[in-house]
Amino acid sequence: MSINVTNIHKTFGAFTALDGVDLTVPRGKLVALLGPSGSGKTTLLRIIAGLDHADAGSGRIEFHGEDVTRVRAGRRKVGFVFQHYALFRHMTVLENIAFGLRVRPRRERPAAGEILDRVHRLLKLVQLEGLDARYPNQLSGGQRQRVALARALAVEPKVLLLDEPFGALDAKVRKELRRWLRRFHDEIQLTTLFVTHDQEEALEIADEVVIMNQAKIEQVGTPQEVYDRPATPFVYQFLGNVNVLRGQVLEQVGAPRDRPGTLVADGLIYVRPHDIELAAYVPGAGGAAAVVRYLHLAGPQARLSVELVQTHENVEVEVSRTELAGLGLAVGDVVRLRLRQGHA
Amino acid sequence: MAAVFARALATSPHAAGPAPRATQDPAWVRWTLTAVALLFLLFFLVLPLAAVFTEALRRGLGAYFAAFRDPAALASIKLTLIAAGIAVPANLVFGVAAAWLIAKFKFRGKSVLTTLIDLPFAVSPVISGLIYVLVFGLQGWWGEWLLAHNLTVIFAVPGIVLATMFVTFPFVARELIPLMQAQGADEEYAAITLGANGWQTFWRVTLPNIKWGLLYGVILCNARAMGEFGAVSVVSGHIRGETNTMPLHVEILYNEYNFVAAFAVASLLALLAIVTLVLKALVEWRHAQSRTL
Repeated sequence: MSINVTNIHKTFGAFTALDGVDLTVPRGKLVALLGPSGSGKTTLLRIIAGLDHADAGSGRIEFHGEDVTRVRAGRRKVGFVFQHYALFRHMTVLENIAFGLRVRPRRERPAAGEILDRVHRLLKLVQLEGLDARYPNQLSGGQRQRVALARALAVEPKVLLLDEPFGALDAKVRKELRRWLRRFHDEIQLTTLFVTHDQEEALEIADEVVIMNQAKIEQVGTPQEVYDRPATPFVYQFLGNVNVLRGQVLEQVGAPRDRPGTLVADGLIYVRPHDIELAAYVPGAGGAAAVVRYLHLAGPQARLSVELVQTHENVEVEVSRTELAGLGLAVGDVVRLRLRQGHA
Repeated sequence: MAAVFARALATSPHAAGPAPRATQDPAWVRWTLTAVALLFLLFFLVLPLAAVFTEALRRGLGAYFAAFRDPAALASIKLTLIAAGIAVPANLVFGVAAAWLIAKFKFRGKSVLTTLIDLPFAVSPVISGLIYVLVFGLQGWWGEWLLAHNLTVIFAVPGIVLATMFVTFPFVARELIPLMQAQGADEEYAAITLGANGWQTFWRVTLPNIKWGLLYGVILCNARAMGEFGAVSVVSGHIRGETNTMPLHVEILYNEYNFVAAFAVASLLALLAIVTLVLKALVEWRHAQSRTL
């Protein structure tokens, strides 16, 4: 099932949350909706789920060509996983997962035994076998999130929507669980849209990343596309570290020749720290002269802060530690900066 | 347990020497504050309570129970039960509905509604009674209409029930609103996406989550409904055996210097208060249990 969303407008009083948003999630793909907080991504997700509504007269939502804009949330066949899980705290894991089946009208409801079978299959799928009698507050954050996922899947949804699925977890569990989600998605192949503000998370597991900013979609593409060829300065700055240099340095550092990773817009050059090359300073040899201010040596890459002699701007540079050792730099030394040429 | 205490003692600074702890005040401060608090409790709570029972039993158990055989006393107990029996369920339904509306939805005028719910707490109970006299009394707005239809509200049971409902209006809602706000609406949204309708969502998700808070609110509401004096006094008319609730009956007996009977009925109200407090503590305890479960 694909999700097709066209022309969604949403305002809260004077605040515009969504400004004519169009979005497509291809069948069976895992798509990340990425943006800073307040960019409208959660609002969009809730409108797709039917928990919120677009402004009157705007918007159309289709699941695989079928218009669901006016269908109630409960009839849209959406699996929704909430940021803080929203598990029913007074029910066991089993009762939580069975809920969606047990509230069905009698003639659509599976037999009690079949419901139990399905719950146990789902528990196995999310690797929580044997925890069916626990209550939510007896589970860890990662386990709760998987119960929430199983509960959403129990009603056999057409699409799966996840709101900041790893937002409330600690860093280590986050990483494990997101890789697990990627493998899980490969297994079940359900059209999935998940909201996140964490670019690393989006770039790591999504088939496609949709980047939102200020109620609009800035760019859509595969993780590599959006990282290597950011369409706008916002996308550039949002995905990883970036230096913003003024255009006057451009002649000195060398114009980027269709090099992925560098963007020239409005007289500014956006360049990633690892796309800058350092060389020993030789007068008249080209490149922008800069003074080394700080050296950070912890981690696989050496990070340097250098100050451009001409404009006094600070520039962050990342080089391999071997490269740095070859240059033999120390704080206070003068270096030449150039943009790396060709493909990295 | 004993081992824990032993270890605590062994590591406490007192075991090593009289070095004062950084977080403790000198002994005389601690003892004075404790003594003041205990004396206050004794004079303002324990002594009056003891006085009620001593006065009630002054002429022995026979006189004590005789006080309850008086038809007027029985009528006042019956009326109190009727008033509470109507006011508490009504405010239970209203309180849950209002709390649900305020905690789970956004709408214009919400803060006005929240303030209105508190109104009965803010006005004097006597004023609450007078409001009903003004509206339903013979000289009131609807007085003639009521008279024409042969209905009496003031100086009759309906007025007492109305006044009781008014003063106990906020208890359930006040108890539930912060609880439901803290719980948020995510579980309800989850139930909706899973296909539950509004009724199923309420019975299966909302209500189980608030049951202890609800019970707590009902207990407090009931205690107040049975004990209310001021508002009921204004609308009652003090017709013996007809429109007297227990608190009003106590006042009448007392004014007639019938101290044993007055204190006997009062002791019943005091017992009710004690039972209420025990129930309240029990509910709080169960609530804490269900949280740590």
